[in-house]
Amino acid sequence: MKLELKGISKAFGTFYANQDIDLVVESAQIHCLLGENGAGKSTLMNVLYGLYEPTAGQILVDDRPVSFRGPADAMAAGIGMVHQHFMLVPVFTVAENVALGAEPTSFGGVLSMDETRTKIREISKKYGFDVDPDALVEDLPVGVQQRVEIIKALVREAKVLILDEPTAVLTPQETDELLDIMRQLKAGGTSIVFISHKLREVQAVSDVITVIRRGKVVGDAPPTASATELASMMVGRPVSLSLDKAPAQPKETTFVVENLTVRAANGTNVVDGISFDIAQGEILAVAGVQGNGQTELTEAILGVQEHVTGSVTLDGKQLLGLPVKEVLRSGVGFVPEDRTVDGLVGPFSVAENLVLDLYDQAPFASGISMKPAKVVENAKAKIEEFDIRTPSAGSAAGTLSGGNQQKVVMARELSRPLRLFIASQPTRGVDVGSIEFLHKRIVAERDVGTPVMIVSTELDEVVELADRIAVLYKGKLVGIVPADTPRDTLGLMMAGVGPEGGSDDK
Amino acid sequence: MTSKHRSDETQPAESTSEVRAADVALDTAGGALAPAIVPVSSQSGDPGHEQDSVIRKIVMGNGFVSVLAVIVALILGGLLIASTDAAVAKTAGYFFARPGDFLSAAWSAMTKSYIALFQGSVFNPRQGLQPLLETMTVATPLICAGLGVALAFRAGLFNIGAQGQIIISATLGAYVGFAWHLPFGLHLLVVVIMGVLGGAAWGALVGVLKARTGAHEVIVTIMLNYVALFLLDFLLNTAAFRRAGDNSPISPRLDDSATYPILIPGSRLHLGFLVAVLLTYGVWWMLNRSTIGFEFRAVGANPIAARTAGVKVSRATILVMALAGALAAFGGVAQVAGTEKVLTGGIAAQIGFDAITVALLGRSTPWGTFFAGLLFGAFRAGAVQMQIQTGTPIDIVLVVQSLIVLFIAAPPLIRSIFRLEPKKKNKKTKAAPKAALAHASGGAK
Repeated sequence: MKLELKGISKAFGTFYANQDIDLVVESAQIHCLLGENGAGKSTLMNVLYGLYEPTAGQILVDDRPVSFRGPADAMAAGIGMVHQHFMLVPVFTVAENVALGAEPTSFGGVLSMDETRTKIREISKKYGFDVDPDALVEDLPVGVQQRVEIIKALVREAKVLILDEPTAVLTPQETDELLDIMRQLKAGGTSIVFISHKLREVQAVSDVITVIRRGKVVGDAPPTASATELASMMVGRPVSLSLDKAPAQPKETTFVVENLTVRAANGTNVVDGISFDIAQGEILAVAGVQGNGQTELTEAILGVQEHVTGSVTLDGKQLLGLPVKEVLRSGVGFVPEDRTVDGLVGPFSVAENLVLDLYDQAPFASGISMKPAKVVENAKAKIEEFDIRTPSAGSAAGTLSGGNQQKVVMARELSRPLRLFIASQPTRGVDVGSIEFLHKRIVAERDVGTPVMIVSTELDEVVELADRIAVLYKGKLVGIVPADTPRDTLGLMMAGVGPEGGSDDK
Repeated sequence: MTSKHRSDETQPAESTSEVRAADVALDTAGGALAPAIVPVSSQSGDPGHEQDSVIRKIVMGNGFVSVLAVIVALILGGLLIASTDAAVAKTAGYFFARPGDFLSAAWSAMTKSYIALFQGSVFNPRQGLQPLLETMTVATPLICAGLGVALAFRAGLFNIGAQGQIIISATLGAYVGFAWHLPFGLHLLVVVIMGVLGGAAWGALVGVLKARTGAHEVIVTIMLNYVALFLLDFLLNTAAFRRAGDNSPISPRLDDSATYPILIPGSRLHLGFLVAVLLTYGVWWMLNRSTIGFEFRAVGANPIAARTAGVKVSRATILVMALAGALAAFGGVAQVAGTEKVLTGGIAAQIGFDAITVALLGRSTPWGTFFAGLLFGAFRAGAVQMQIQTGTPIDIVLVVQSLIVLFIAAPPLIRSIFRLEPKKKNKKTKAAPKAALAHASGGAK
């Protein structure tokens, strides 16, 4: 099936999320849509999937114009979509989830699940998916849940499959498996629209790459294009992807974590006996697939986790048990993992967010009286220093782009003398241009002699920044390895397999 | 797993994802923030956008919606008045013969009622500005209690308990006022302090329960309202609170030294009104200029971020409920030591509940609440006059008040009535639920 988008525009008010986009997805091709967050990839796919009505333009299926009034129409035309966040009912079985919405029934409306089970087995066999139709979805690993989503689309006879950032939640190994599946689907005649901002995957699997920037098609690129070329197309200016980083010069070890354990409400240890230390002037990057205890680890250090045992010392001072404010006062800079959830107060102005954890200290307050003039003054300086693109210091932080929001958080945390800097997912959902800047700031903080702890699920970032890499799996430390450890080894460690020759601690 | 775990700590009732979902819904409904799919990055760089957002602030800013809500409610109330009017009913009988009669009868029924309302609440030739003073008197407890509700709103707490807080403070204040006999000046001060402490404690209790056990403040405040109400009923039937030799549930009159002095002779306007003005300024200062207010607002807008930034959320919850209780308590004191001067079972009337409307109408800003309180005071004061002059039932005013709440609670309704949003925006608003539906059904046929 050939799918063609002709002059698609989608406007929200005066703002064009998509403008005059032409795109041809040929039969049995993997067509990659590459673009930064907010470039308009998802909007375009939502138009294609019938969730949005295009302001202008046409969709053609096999050269016939079609108009979709909803996903049902899109499905009927042979377009299937796997969302970044899965649309599955956790307490249903695989078969029930696949049937949901188009339940096969026999006489009198009685559900007949056998038909669905058979179809699932057929598809599983054809593509080598290892999926049991009667397994409960909540018991399945994320990678398998994703396959259920793909099966869901295939059962409905999708000829074009849209995969929206499918690798965000996968381990490197699972990602490789997904890329294999995509190749098989292609061999089976299915076209795939692959949305991603990870250059490595895009290069590995695409037949055609279309780059989108600010809602417009910048151009097509062959899969042989270099990462630097692709990144420059995405950003619209030359970018350097490699960070110029001098070798670390670790000094005194001032931050020590010993046998840290966090017990969750259900009694399991989400962080299980972790010990490590970080020296001044060194970056320790914590790698691991999302949900393996990283959040709890950083939050335990900050003091917002309950049921924490072990020891966390900074400059010889015990941090465990201290209120958050005390921990911050001890010189800890903390960039939380999700700026919209725990890093920023969206409706607050940029200026207010820049003093979110300093609001009751001089010069921003004396006694209980705040000094708005100082807050604004500070904001102007930080906006300048960190190149935060905001209409004004008084604009609500929630209206800024992801990259600029992250700069606000980073500017706030780096704006006082630090004894320890912890950043979780410092560049998640941040545009390439800002990533470069933020990484430089992190390295700069290291170079002034601050122990730095980075937590990231992006292996690229970990390798880029780390002086040493710690890998977490199911709350346990799999090992601490040097920064030049091969990716394969790191990938295996992220799946719980220890590094050969035991952990290499320093 | 992460979000689940966190929510256990900070927000027992809601999981983080629910909070997010609510945010998205709010954003789309409010139109103030673009939903996540719209890249704001490109918007902020666009010079036209800045201008657009200024206009949006003025037009769609919450205050403007409040004003429109009042206007629409008054118009609908007017139609209701007309529909119950005898002359209108008569002319409707021969509507097709002479529609002009019907229309003029309807118009005169409406205008007469509202003119009477105005004369009863602001100015009339006979009494001059006397009605305005009465409006201010009636508004005083509404403003105080409204501030209490508004303050809690700003910290993300829905304080339904102003009624109970008023009752407790009125009870304590009244008891000190009639049972103790202290020197002039000191007596009033003690009455105010006791009343306010009582209300603050009643509010703080909610905060403590919420912070320590995760009990939902709405349920706790509603139940504490009943506790306070029946406690008062009980006390009024004890010897300590009854007048000597009288069995009716009315307390003795408060000592003169225990009451707010009258500001303008010939009216009921008392010092409590000035206190309300000061409180309004005080709450404004606290919210916008103090570290405590910063914490409250941060906790209200994003408790998780506030916690991560070192704010003690549980302490803020307790403190804000105590302060909200104290503010409502000033309303209770104004009632008992200013307007009524005796304690009865109906001392709080509906003030605690009207305060919620007042705070909503005032968009939870201190001065907004102040003026909304005055407006509701005017409704109260003028309704009597309206009934006397035109026979329009007082209940109409209640209908208007209820309609105001309805329109404020549904801002998109007002926006669509006045077409404040361009059509494309409406489409976007529609697209969101559509998308949600489609996801839920898995894109079924």
